[in-house]
Amino acid sequence: MAFVLLRRLGQALLILLGVAAITFVLLYALPADPARMIAGRSATAQTVASIRHELGLDQPLIIQFWTYLSGLLYGDLGRSYAQKTEVWTLIVARLPATLILMAAGITVEVVLGVTFGTVAAVKRGGTVDRLVMMASFVGVSAPQFVVALLLLYVFAVTLGWFPMSGYGSFAHVVLPATTLGVLGAGWYARMVRSAMIDVLNQDYVRTARAKGLSSRRIIFRHALPNAILPIVAMIGIDIGQFMGGVVVVEAVYGWPGIGQLAWQAIQQVDIPIIMGVTLTSALAIVTGNLLADLIAPFIDPRIRTS
Amino acid sequence: MGILRSLSRQPAALFGLVIVVAVVVLALAAPLIAPFSPDDQMFDGLTLEGAPMPPGGQFLLGTDTLGRDLFSRMLFGARTSLIIGIVANGIAVSIGLFVGIVAGYLRGLPSSILMRFTDLMMAFPALLLAIVLAALLKPSLWIVAMVIALVNWVQVARIVYTETRGLVERDFIMAERSLGAGHGRILLLHILPHLVPTAIVWGTLGIATTVLLEATLSFLGIGVQPPQPSWGNIIFESQSYFQAAPWLVFFPGMVILLTALAFNLVGDALRDILDPTQRGRG
Amino acid sequence: MLRRWLLGTTTAAAIMLAPLAVMAEGKDIVVTYKDDIVTLDPAIGYDWVNWSMIKSLYSRLMDYEPGTATLVPSLAESFEVAPDGLTYTFKLRKGVKFSSGRDVVASDVKYSIERAVDPKTQGPGAGFFGAINGFEDLTGGKATGLAGIETPDDGTVVFKLSRPDATFLHVLAINFASVVPKEAVEAAGGDFGKKPVGSGTFVLKDWVIGQKLVFEKNPGYYIKDTPKIDGFTVEVGQEPLVALLRLQKGEVDIAGDGIPPAKFLEIKNSPDGAQMIVDGEQLHTGYVTLNTKVKPFDDLKVRQAVNHAINKDRIVRILNGRATPAKEVLPPLMPGYDSDYSGFAYDVAKAKSLLAEAGLADGFQTVLYATNTDPQPRIAQAIQQDLAAVGVKAEIRALAQGNVIAAGGTEGEAPMIWSGGMAWIADFPDPSNFYGPILGCAGAVQGGWNWSWYCNAELDKRATAADSMSDPAKSGDRVGAWKKIFTDAMNDAPWIPVTNERRVVAKSLRMGGENNIYIDPTRVINYDAIFVK
Repeated sequence: MAFVLLRRLGQALLILLGVAAITFVLLYALPADPARMIAGRSATAQTVASIRHELGLDQPLIIQFWTYLSGLLYGDLGRSYAQKTEVWTLIVARLPATLILMAAGITVEVVLGVTFGTVAAVKRGGTVDRLVMMASFVGVSAPQFVVALLLLYVFAVTLGWFPMSGYGSFAHVVLPATTLGVLGAGWYARMVRSAMIDVLNQDYVRTARAKGLSSRRIIFRHALPNAILPIVAMIGIDIGQFMGGVVVVEAVYGWPGIGQLAWQAIQQVDIPIIMGVTLTSALAIVTGNLLADLIAPFIDPRIRTS
Repeated sequence: MGILRSLSRQPAALFGLVIVVAVVVLALAAPLIAPFSPDDQMFDGLTLEGAPMPPGGQFLLGTDTLGRDLFSRMLFGARTSLIIGIVANGIAVSIGLFVGIVAGYLRGLPSSILMRFTDLMMAFPALLLAIVLAALLKPSLWIVAMVIALVNWVQVARIVYTETRGLVERDFIMAERSLGAGHGRILLLHILPHLVPTAIVWGTLGIATTVLLEATLSFLGIGVQPPQPSWGNIIFESQSYFQAAPWLVFFPGMVILLTALAFNLVGDALRDILDPTQRGRG
Repeated sequence: MLRRWLLGTTTAAAIMLAPLAVMAEGKDIVVTYKDDIVTLDPAIGYDWVNWSMIKSLYSRLMDYEPGTATLVPSLAESFEVAPDGLTYTFKLRKGVKFSSGRDVVASDVKYSIERAVDPKTQGPGAGFFGAINGFEDLTGGKATGLAGIETPDDGTVVFKLSRPDATFLHVLAINFASVVPKEAVEAAGGDFGKKPVGSGTFVLKDWVIGQKLVFEKNPGYYIKDTPKIDGFTVEVGQEPLVALLRLQKGEVDIAGDGIPPAKFLEIKNSPDGAQMIVDGEQLHTGYVTLNTKVKPFDDLKVRQAVNHAINKDRIVRILNGRATPAKEVLPPLMPGYDSDYSGFAYDVAKAKSLLAEAGLADGFQTVLYATNTDPQPRIAQAIQQDLAAVGVKAEIRALAQGNVIAAGGTEGEAPMIWSGGMAWIADFPDPSNFYGPILGCAGAVQGGWNWSWYCNAELDKRATAADSMSDPAKSGDRVGAWKKIFTDAMNDAPWIPVTNERRVVAKSLRMGGENNIYIDPTRVINYDAIFVK
């Protein structure tokens, strides 16, 4: 077991290295010139050249990458081109906001998903079941930014129940988390539904029911637990998805997370920040997937030997 | 076409199919149906103070912030979404098939390397990568399609890999090998045909993802180049008028939702029909 | 027991659920912006959001009277200019302190300006100080300081210039010349931008990255009754639409990003609207650059033709009337603006006939670049339609700002660029600021900002001559010289001047003061002068 874990960790590290390399090459191959952007419009060619030299941008790509990697080993993500602040500081300042949003979003997803999935499983085949299935499809198909704008308009602007943007209290999280949660709940609903149906079909359940065991006990003590591990596995994957996908929600709601940071950095070609955010997101994805993979054998013993 | 018949028996899938057909027809017929040119910025298209016109009168769905007819733009926008959907998805499925088959068929190191590479691509935050690329390259229809394909091929590759591995183990393949059949023959005549259902299913489901991703990129301003209409960039250009002209967000938004939904429903139903082992997954 | 617990949780729940309402109270005001503040380091900060804050955090030798372009000594008590214009001597005010407690002395001024020019600082403002002796040595890495700045004693700073520079006093009033304490810069170790220490009207008390900055007034500021507010909080990450709605509710005092077009008409027509909207001109010109090195824009007739083809009134309409059509390089408020110049009127027939004269009766194909933030792509499309009407088929490339700038600075790459979003706003209210980097030969190089690649050596000579007229008595002649330079340049049509955008700021009803301190030509928002009624 420990050996498997170690091997997966090693693989994860290699993957992160790969992500860093590819992103680095992509960013530096792009046409925009960071030195020019920093030097500003009134700079002489001399100043631009000096800045380029200061940033080490006139060195071969390999050397630049090596410098970056060595910095990474010490936890140094470099300094933002535009702000001169350490990238690490900027990311740490904004990470809690994104994490809170993620946690809130996943909570909404799980709560909605489990509730509706259970109902659909119990009332399988009926109208409720069909509605739940259709709703989950709609959720997956909806464009995030439209839903975000819609919720904002209806609940914040028109009805005024929630603040329109910003950060700081429970009320601020509701709309963004709902946007994320409502759209993703469908995945969980369907998975819970199928996990529960599996159990509900078993002979021993039928026997138990014949013996007079109440439905509620069956659901809560036998069927639902069967869904817990898959839920946890999905959450693992979800964490990764969220990291990449919150840019839109953060933009619409003015949520001060790393998605906003990345967007501003992209406009300014602030490469160190883009690298930092990409690596952070990749780390989250790899961790989430690792979690999901580690749990997988416990869900389905057939997968144990890979 | 037994598939079609099976599809039409499920109401949800039928609904999806009808919408898919409708969207395709409208997109194809856009030049014939559209009352105005999608690029025509009309003087009458704006109120005296320069605001967009609401739905009604000669403008079925209203006008946008430059005085162009929304209905016409949405019709041509369907073309954009479908073209990118088909092209990007086609590329994604092709790459996925290629990588998956090669990795599944070959064993040992090449297979390992390919799958590790796939894992690597999965570790990229997809949307972020798409945004970085689209923002920093010179966006055009093809760049957007390429970017989306780059982000979407991984899922297909994984599934194809698992299936190919399964197929390769089977007796009839081993029999063919012992009879001296070449690799190419086996791949083409025996393995590929088994993967067609998977390709179709993921191709269809992929169009839904692609439509959404393209809309998101356009919404962020890094999608297809203006004045080419895309449902997403209509919303992008109209954001600031959201309160005053909600139809500019609502109509394209609904259409994006319906189209993605339709492809999802059809894809899911196809999956049930063509590959019962995958039923209920995801 | 249960009751107490219930009461406790309900109160807690109520507090948790109540939206965080920051009601602006007393003489503390709330300002909102969408983008996070990049830096408060005066040697680096160069965007219009942090421009005002930096102006207020630090002091400089020279400054402007609030709301005007009139230069007055600020940190300097008095100054003298030698007759040959090559030596400036400043006497510093006594008793001015940094917020760390230390007195401001002459060596601080020298340090600050050297820092702004030093390539190690990577500051965008180095070029402004080009006239000071030793500039080339410092920017070339051959020296560590500016030989041209001398500090004979703690209260005197002497500048020795290598050439007369009529803009020098303006340069000493620009943000990059702000005075900073060396020990604080070094102590911050590269993070001075987030931990500013200055001697201005305000002091930064707190900065929560991505959320808000809190400024408090400096009680010991050397000008009496300044500032007039006790402090201001800047909230970032606020969408303009949201900020405006909060302003109407009284939660926000100044919506820094202005009024989104959609709400503009609604607010203008509302009863309080007139007092809430501050609509002022800025020193701005939005233009389309025509690359004189790319066919067919190397032909004067073609450039004149496209100038006649653009319907500027329609574009102003797209901008909801928040701009005026432009006919020349300089904006109306800038000295040197020629109100008699007629420019190129909107005349489709003339455009077509000029194209025919150039041998392009059937039109031609070209590319128009723009940035990809709304409303620039829309304006580009409006321009595209106007061009199509005379037979010019322009393909639009709406790219990230960095890419457009890179394309403009690459020879032969970008035939036309709509400068919206990157348009030229004057760094200081002097006509020379509109020439050098964007129309002068020095800017027509790889990586330059002269995207028309327009290089007229004769005009360059006249420009340098005009800038040497540093004698204040000759300022009238100087302005006249610049006026002719710009109209002659415009006759060459390297640009299509399209609009002079006005800035629109929204302020709550309790904010007082004339419009020109909310849209101050040199400060944007003049935090020193605004007050609560």
